[in-house]
Formats: sequence, C-alpha cells, structure tokens
Amino acid sequence: MAEPVLQVQGVSKSFGALAASQDVSLDLVPGEIHALIGPNGAGKSTLIQQIAGALRPDAGRIRFMGRDVTQLGIVQRARLGLGRTFQISALAMEHTVLQNALLGALGASGRPYRFLRPALRDPDLRRRAEAALERVGLSEQMWMRTSDLSHGQRRTLEVAVALTLAPRAFVMDEPMAGLGTSGSKRLTGLLDELRHEAPILLVEHDMDAVFALADRISVLVYGRIIATGTVEEIRADPEVRRAYLGEED
Amino acid sequence: MSREGLINLALGLGLLAFPLWAEWAEEPFMITLSTRVAILALAGVGLNLSLGLGGLVSLGHAAFFGIGGYAMGILASHAQSYTPIFEWPLVIEGTKAMPVIWLVAIAAAGLLALAIGALSLRTSGVYFIMITLAFGQMLFYFAVSWPAYGGEDGLSIYVRNAFPGLNTLVPLQFFLIAYALLMAVLGLAALITRSPFGLALDAARQVPVRVETVGIAPYRLRLIAFVISGMITGLAGALYADLNRFVSPAMFNWQTSGEIVILVILGGTARLFGPVAGAAFFVALEHLLGGVSDYWRIYLGLVLLAVVLFARGGIVGTLAGREAADG
Ligand SMILES: Nc1ncnc2c1ncn2[C@@H]1O[C@H](COP(=O)(O)OP(=O)(O)OP(=O)(O)O)[C@@H](O)[C@H]1O
Ligand SMILES: [Mg+2]
Repeated sequence: MAEPVLQVQGVSKSFGALAASQDVSLDLVPGEIHALIGPNGAGKSTLIQQIAGALRPDAGRIRFMGRDVTQLGIVQRARLGLGRTFQISALAMEHTVLQNALLGALGASGRPYRFLRPALRDPDLRRRAEAALERVGLSEQMWMRTSDLSHGQRRTLEVAVALTLAPRAFVMDEPMAGLGTSGSKRLTGLLDELRHEAPILLVEHDMDAVFALADRISVLVYGRIIATGTVEEIRADPEVRRAYLGEED
Repeated sequence: MSREGLINLALGLGLLAFPLWAEWAEEPFMITLSTRVAILALAGVGLNLSLGLGGLVSLGHAAFFGIGGYAMGILASHAQSYTPIFEWPLVIEGTKAMPVIWLVAIAAAGLLALAIGALSLRTSGVYFIMITLAFGQMLFYFAVSWPAYGGEDGLSIYVRNAFPGLNTLVPLQFFLIAYALLMAVLGLAALITRSPFGLALDAARQVPVRVETVGIAPYRLRLIAFVISGMITGLAGALYADLNRFVSPAMFNWQTSGEIVILVILGGTARLFGPVAGAAFFVALEHLLGGVSDYWRIYLGLVLLAVVLFARGGIVGTLAGREAADG
C-alpha cells in the first residue's frame, strides 16, 4: 500500500474523567475514502479536532505529509494541505457565498496580505472560488448572503471552501447532515470523484453514503476504535453489529 | 448607486458645503467646527478599521491620537525655539512643515500600535478592552510627568504649521487640508475593506476558526489592521493639535478614546462614512448643548444608549439598511 498521507498514532484525549479518545490509531492512504463511524458522542469530532490542530492530544502523535504535526496549530496544518469541514458550519454568515469561497481561494494562494485590488475583482481568486461553487452546485446562490442559505446549502458551502484549498487530504465531519436525498446523492457523487484528487477521512452517519463510498471503515465507540476494515468486513463484524449497527437491521 | 453610496455622497458633500457656506456668511467659527468634524472623523476612520472590520474594541486609541499630537508639538516647539531635538549622534532639528510632521506622526503611531497590538492582541474581549485602556493611561501619565514638553500644562504652538502653497492660518484653507486628508484616507479604507486582506480580516471577526482553517493566521491580520488603524488615528492627532495649536496630556486621556469609540458607534460601526456622520453629530451636539449645560455628555450618553438599543447600525446603518452584499 502507498505511504499514508495522514497517520494518527496512539492518540488519547480526556475531558476530565471522560476519555474521548483512547489510544486511537488510524491512517489515510492516497486514493481512498476512509469512513469513521460511531454512535453520538463516540468522540469522532474530538478526533477530527485533534487531526486539524484545534485540540492537542494528551498522548500519541499525528503525522501528516510525512511530518510530525502534533505540535502544529490549525494554520500550519492547513498550509501543509489539510482541508477540513466542520460538523457545525463555520462560515462567515455576513458574507456572501462567493466571499466565503474567495476566502478559501485566498488561503490557498498563500498571499492574504494584499490591500489594493478588490478581492472580487481578482481573476485568479474568482476562478478558483467559482469553480468550487460550481462543483458543489452552489453557483446560483453565489451572491446570496450565507445567513440566508438553508442548512443543507451551508453544509455544501463548507465542502466548497475545502475544495478551493485543493488540499492533500480532506477531513470531513458529517458533510451530508441535513442535505436531503438529492443533495446527498450529488455530494456522494462528488466525494467519489474527489478521492482521486486527495484521500478523504469521512465522518458520516448516513450509512448508505458510507457503504457506497468507503474503501475502509473504522468504528469508534466510547473513544476507542473497535474495528477497522472493508465494508464487507465491518458489516459482518459481530462486535460492530452489537455496538453500533445492531439497531439498523 | 446604492442607498449607502448616496448617503456617503451626501455626507461628503455636506461636510464640504457647510464651511463654504460659513465662509460666505462670514462665520469663521463654523469653519473651525467643520475642521474639528473632519479631524475627529479621520480618527474614527482609523478606529473603524480595527473596531468595525476587525471587531477589535480598542479603548486605547487615545494613545495614537496623543502620540500624533505630541509628534506635532515636539517638532514644532523645537522649530519655534530654534533648538534641535537631538544633537547626538546626529543633529535633528524641529520642523514646521506639515507633511514632515504628518509622516513622523504616522510613523510614531504605527510603531506604538505595533508594540501595543503585539501584546494586547494575544487577548480578546474584555481583556483586550482593558489592556488597550491600560496602555492609553500609561501614556497619559507619562505625558503628565514629562516636564520637557510641558508636563500637565501641555505645549502651545504659536503659529500654525505650514503647508507649501497655502496659508494655514486661514480657517478655510486649513479645513481643506483636513478634508482632503479625510477623503484620501476614506478612499484607502474603502480599498482595504474590499481587498483580500479586508475580506480575511472581516471573516476573522466573524469566525476566526474558519480563517485559520484556510491557512491564514487571524493574529497577523489583526496586528496589521491595528497598526494601520493606529497610523490613521495618529495622523488625526497631529492635525488636531495643529487645529488647536496646543497639545496636552488630555489627548492621551481615556475620555478621548471613549469619544472616538462613541462617534464610530453613533455613525455606524463598519460603515465607511460612519465616522463622518458620527463626528458631525458629536460636534453638533457638543456645540449646541455644550453652551446650555456643562453636563451635555449626559445627553450624549442617552443618544448612545438609544443607538445601541434601537439602531444598531448607527446613523448610516439605520438610513442605509442592510449592507450591500457585493461589498
Ligand atoms: N471541549 C469539551 N469539553 C468537554 N467534553 C467534551 C468536549 N468536546 C466534546 N466533549 C465530549 O466528548 C464526547 C465526544 O464528543 P464528540 O463531539 O467528539 O462526539 P461525536 O462522535 O462527534 O458525536 P456526534 O456524532 O454527536 O457528532 C462527548 O461526550 C462530548 O460531550
Ligand atoms: Mg461530531
């Protein structure tokens, strides 16, 4: 197998007495979608935050693009090529959809300290931002205020902003939540394409999407990874069925 | 043109028309009041960059206003007494040339803002307000206790500083200088607001983590904004001292900081011409009520309360409605 882009090695994190991550290890190799599933409160978002640099693990290491990034902050990891989307949309609500996408393009350009030409009239930024909006199907909403978008559209914009970064790896926290059937179909199609541009660590509750997309699945329960394997292996795993999938069939 | 654009045009032209009328009506004091409006508006435009766009509530902008004032006072007092400021390692003379004074004021305020910002921007919210306030007060006490430049009595400059080709003692001519600088800086502020930098700064005010996630450090954006903001307010300070031909520690006082904050909020936070509307309102109220009662600030406080409670967008925001989305 190819060299992993992202490696989580023995990561633990506690909030007081609550062990949100317990000796978690997983990796992400080029070309794959690695789904991370688990019940509510299992610690999926906590793990994502540690991968993104928003939380420091109590123990363990995180390697990205061949570097130990455990001590690096969000900004540095983003600059190394980590493209993250949030479970709870983190968008500039007063800005237009296009402005949010432009911000991503600006981050990707690496030259945010420009003071004269309007961001909206910068052809490079515009091209990059509009291409990302087009890809997720938000072109028509480009001039809308982000606060006027529906919940699902905001989720989609999260993905578009990550796209503008052209990252080396995507880390997505429940991008399908609230999308509705046609929306999640479209996003499923997009993620399927995207994995060839950069591998995706995908936290998702939508099992149809997970089973359709994932090359590998890791199951997190009470902060611990109880199984990692292909879709068939996970579906067949008795412990997973008991702990998580049980209620589904 | 958008509604806000029309309001801005009216404010810009109104601020020019009023002193022209005063000149015709032979009311020189009204020209001086207009100059005061232009200069306070300039200070507010400076603050608006950090407060409005950056969301940084600084209660210490008097530091920059004051240092601009003292830059003018120190340079001009040495020029009028024909004593150099330094003789070693090289001789530095004072000057009465406005452009030189402005550059020194801008540079001094910028350096001060860099130092204050580098320390205070590591905090946020109430702590940021308190730290900026503390820095402002430190400079106030320093100015009070520094006898070389007048201590608490301040410094008087006998003749207004010079600008090539103009007679700055003619009220209308000095007004035009202040007005031209205000318009130039407003143009700059408009550019910055729409620039990539302004976009990122505005986003960092709304959701800092989003900006970090695209690989841009909010701290850097804010520090740059704070320095530009301080430089503009410093320039206003130099003009203000020139208007009064007097500098004193009062320019460094927290009340000065408070007044700049108030006029920005009154006019409309983050609105380009908000500080112009706010300064005009402030000076008008001060002029109309200041004569009636020494306690005119109570009325100012009531107006401010009303704005904060019922008209969050201030004067410009209330008249113009929601901000134009295409910024
Ligand atoms: N900053 C924090 N302080 C204290 N407890 C926290 C903090 N963040 C998360 N937790 C707790 O850690 C546990 C894991 O939360 P986390 O958000 O990672 O779960 P999740 O798997 O993402 O759940 P969901 O599917 O609902 O999004 C929860 O019990 C949560 O209450
Ligand atoms: Mg979660």
